Amino acid sequence: MPSQPLVIDDTILASRLFLGTAGYPSPDVLRRAIEVSKPGLITVSLRRENAAGKGQKFWDILKGFNIPVLPNTAGCHSADEAITTAEMAREVFETNWIKLEVIGDDYTLQPEPFLLLEATKRLVSKNFKVFPYMTDDIVLAEKLVDLGCDILMPWGAPIGSGRGLNNPFALQTMRERFPDKTLVVDAGIGAPSHASAAMEMGFDAVLLNTAVAKAGDPAAMAGAFAGAIQAGREAYLSGIIAPQEKAATSTPMIDKPFWHQNG
Amino acid sequence: MILIINGVKKSFTAPLDLKAALEQEGYDGMLVAVAVGGTFVAKGNYGSTKLNDGDEIEIVAPMQGG
Repeated sequence: MPSQPLVIDDTILASRLFLGTAGYPSPDVLRRAIEVSKPGLITVSLRRENAAGKGQKFWDILKGFNIPVLPNTAGCHSADEAITTAEMAREVFETNWIKLEVIGDDYTLQPEPFLLLEATKRLVSKNFKVFPYMTDDIVLAEKLVDLGCDILMPWGAPIGSGRGLNNPFALQTMRERFPDKTLVVDAGIGAPSHASAAMEMGFDAVLLNTAVAKAGDPAAMAGAFAGAIQAGREAYLSGIIAPQEKAATSTPMIDKPFWHQNG
Repeated sequence: MILIINGVKKSFTAPLDLKAALEQEGYDGMLVAVAVGGTFVAKGNYGSTKLNDGDEIEIVAPMQGG
């Protein structure tokens, strides 16, 4: 079965790799990583501007790629902060898409589920398309869907940890419980195999940043992730065999040399 | 009056609206978004937003993000 492109709000995404733009050794390296991997979506943020025009220069680089952007509310610890940040992002980036991050624990950067729900409710009422960065809690997912989210972005592991999929069972359960929602593993990815594993589960996309930005060769790693995500998607659609307890020969035994019907 | 712009205290002559304050600080025509006292102010409302002593103004621009 061929892989169809992911579509969000009538926007056709060219890839199921969502790539973060932070922490690269230089703007040129970021540019090459985007060129090589051709992500379907790139994430951006807002920071204080000191009138030097750095923000405009960065934005000019990204605009040249004509790839949809997803602004985040990184670093917000309250619903009010997140909502104001989202409103500022909507004006600057001219999109109502927002990756909603409300951090509850500074050690693990775990999202704060209660404030996430409050912020989601208020942002949906302001006509935002909320991409919630969340834990893999099924009840939280259900409540976010009730508030109007049709995209859910559970963490694989803490941001920047590179641990991969800490709780595959929870992620698999989320996929089974929300078959019609767009599910994206966001954060904690370290290696292309982690991303491929998420896609083999049936996730719709993978969002990552540090694993590429901090790689020895970020552009090459971005390409590796793009390939792994595509492979994982095609494997999922092709029907992965169920694990078996016993060995089963792949080569037919009948009429092999020295074959005896009774062993 | 004192305004706190991106966390830095600065002195201005009152009365002052947000549009004038941004111009004085060199942000005129730049790609930025603004919040006053934690509340977003749309670009079209800069001229009608009167500033008061002690107001905290956040001015942000695109930046790398994950």
